Amino acid sequence: MSANPVRRIYFDHGATTPMLPEVVEAMRPYFTERCGNASSIHSFGREAKRALEEARRNVARLINADPSDIVFTSSGTESDNLAIKGTALFEGRSAGHIITSRMEHHAVLESCANLKAAGFEVSELPITNDGFVRPEDVEEAIRKDTVLISVMMANSEIGTVQPVREIGKIAQAEGIPFHTDAVQAVGKIRVDVKKDNVDLLSLSSHKFHGPKGVGALYVKSGTRIGPILHGGGHERGLRSSTENIPGIVGLGKAAQIAARDMKDCADRMRDMRDRMIDSVLKTIPDSHLNGHPVNRLAGNAHFRFDFIEGEGLVLGLDTLGVAASTGSACSTGSLAPSHVLLAMGLRHEQAHGSLRVTLGRENTHEEVSYFLDVLPGVVSKLREISPFSNEHPNGDDEGGSSVQ
Amino acid sequence: MGANSNSTQKRIYMDYAAGSPVDARALEAMMPYFSDRFGNPSSMHSSGREPRKAVDDARAKVAELVNASRKEEIIFTAGGTEGNNLAVKGAAMRARKKGKHIVTSAIEHITIINVMKALQKDGFEVTTVPVNEDGIVEVGTVEEALREDTTVVSIMYANNEIGTLQPIDEIGSLLSDRSAVFHVDAVAAAGKVPINVRQSKIDLLTVSSNDLYGPKGVGAVFARDGVPLEAVVQGGGQERGLRSGSENTPGIVGFGVAAEAAKAEMGAESKRLSELRDKLIGGILDGVDDAFLNGHRTKRLPNNANFRFRYVEGESMLLNLDMMGVSVSSSSPCTSKSLQPSHVLLACGVPTEEAQSAIQLTLGKANAEDDVDRVIEILPPIVRKLREMSPFNPENLDEMRSSAGHRERHHDH
Repeated sequence: MSANPVRRIYFDHGATTPMLPEVVEAMRPYFTERCGNASSIHSFGREAKRALEEARRNVARLINADPSDIVFTSSGTESDNLAIKGTALFEGRSAGHIITSRMEHHAVLESCANLKAAGFEVSELPITNDGFVRPEDVEEAIRKDTVLISVMMANSEIGTVQPVREIGKIAQAEGIPFHTDAVQAVGKIRVDVKKDNVDLLSLSSHKFHGPKGVGALYVKSGTRIGPILHGGGHERGLRSSTENIPGIVGLGKAAQIAARDMKDCADRMRDMRDRMIDSVLKTIPDSHLNGHPVNRLAGNAHFRFDFIEGEGLVLGLDTLGVAASTGSACSTGSLAPSHVLLAMGLRHEQAHGSLRVTLGRENTHEEVSYFLDVLPGVVSKLREISPFSNEHPNGDDEGGSSVQ
Repeated sequence: MGANSNSTQKRIYMDYAAGSPVDARALEAMMPYFSDRFGNPSSMHSSGREPRKAVDDARAKVAELVNASRKEEIIFTAGGTEGNNLAVKGAAMRARKKGKHIVTSAIEHITIINVMKALQKDGFEVTTVPVNEDGIVEVGTVEEALREDTTVVSIMYANNEIGTLQPIDEIGSLLSDRSAVFHVDAVAAAGKVPINVRQSKIDLLTVSSNDLYGPKGVGAVFARDGVPLEAVVQGGGQERGLRSGSENTPGIVGFGVAAEAAKAEMGAESKRLSELRDKLIGGILDGVDDAFLNGHRTKRLPNNANFRFRYVEGESMLLNLDMMGVSVSSSSPCTSKSLQPSHVLLACGVPTEEAQSAIQLTLGKANAEDDVDRVIEILPPIVRKLREMSPFNPENLDEMRSSAGHRERHHDH
């Protein structure tokens, strides 16, 4: 039984978000009476096709792309796979050099690992202590045979917003395709594929209140890329499969709403986040913020508490009705420390004590207050039973709260 | 009745193979997972636990639909296309050190055809076995095609255009003492005919949710325990590392409910549909001269009728029927844009111009006998009208020649 059965606070919007009622509403008819296949030429098919193209326009508008450059997929993961493998393996290419960073999402890192096994070389750039890829490192890593640069727009764990525009400029000058995994960024910060000099951009619907099972890849026209799934030749031949019309309609609606509400939501979330960060660092000894204090997603706060494990923290908060996370939800059941935190130079035991709080549009200051009320108790309870805390009494050299 | 009846007539949908409405129970079951129970199944906190359980329950239901031994043998995907890519590429790539020969048939779905082409570019050899004029693969041809280095045999359960049921049990037995894995594309068959992967000795099987009244954008691959497979989409390691991507919980839940309902209701619904289908086939063949049924008369899906009408184009038929409120298809929608004649009909030995005259009617839940009656009533006059103006119709040829000559004379001015 839960200690506080009434309250349910969701602070894990980096993992997934609830769908907005308008989004569900928009999708509903396409499950039932408008069930046509967008490739059919009869009236049911034409109706589906119209909905498909309207959604494409809405998604394009959100990132300032041309609608014809939007390819719908089933997820951010699939978009990343398509962008990376589809570019690297284009027209039978079997070798080449890829530049990416150590803080990328697993979908990017695993796609690169797959290419490495197939004969490609991959440079994983280091990141700074506060969680950034340096454009100069990208520039330095470029080789004659570099076929792709892939650097995320905002980190999924610590929320740091990367210097994508500068990296894009470098890539453009060298004529190398530039992919950015913008799954955590789209719908939360302004994204402009043209200004950001991006050739390929991945986005995922369920990260901004759209349905799960839908994503998109922006593919600037003229980009040399081939499909990874073969079939009926949908989506300009880049992504075969009968279009998931209700899902795509939902994504389109979510994109429209995100474009409309983004600024207001971000302002509110930033207030809540800053209040949360200030209070946690002040009231809880030996607590730290991972990532940059301000150059991060408005809804992201990522803490580290010495002497305790993040899992214990997540479960302790859960019994009090607060859903948060240790980092990425994707590595199912994996208790390995976060590769992002390790890349920032944290030691294993430090990385283990992390808590990610990701706010969403429906969160309130009152919820933040509740969280700030209960968190210190959870932390101190865990420290009481921690085998590490005796060895490192509070107030030693590494103690005190800090920002790293 | 009469010329103005089409405006008030209800729309008749007979293109269930292209897209189906979601079963009301499935949609009902999905709804909470859009909002209240929206958590990520991979999350550690309690909002992830319920979705995780829901995904596993759905997995068990899909496993039951195909009679898998364990629910863990089901891998959720985003649809039939991804499933076919995962199963065939995944199995072929994983076994590439053992051999690079694959056997498939001439009537597979475009997904399989294009997967085979991609594998050929990667150095695989593909043997495509023919079908007989009824559109059925003969087991002997598969046996003949097998080689020492054959690693994958991929034959569909039922054809998506002409509905013919393939001799899956026999091919499964044939392969049971061979090392090649047996993949079956059951996208068109699942939910319409009973599938038993154990009895049929199937190693890999692809199904799609929307083809059995589940939501679009969801599918599954059955992969028998121990069958070596490689992922085509890499990432967070969901679905035992074989299919990364945050689970589409509502979609998967809907698929599960639809699979459960299909299994329970298949017997009665198939009987009802095959009666309607037989009435439709009888009515059309009786009502139209030079009309032929594509595929086998009885060894076909209960909801599938596919005709060809000499001297008319399927596309014109489709558009004329659409104006009368009846939605049918001229071939698979995945290939309909190409205007190429169906590769399935060509493989059955149908001449090119006749293959272009085909229309496909696939029946479903909402169709009743009066829908079939109406199609039987309106289709013959459409064929007659189109034939009157068809350049292929020998009766029109003389007239065409004389009017063409007339036009040429006009040009002399």
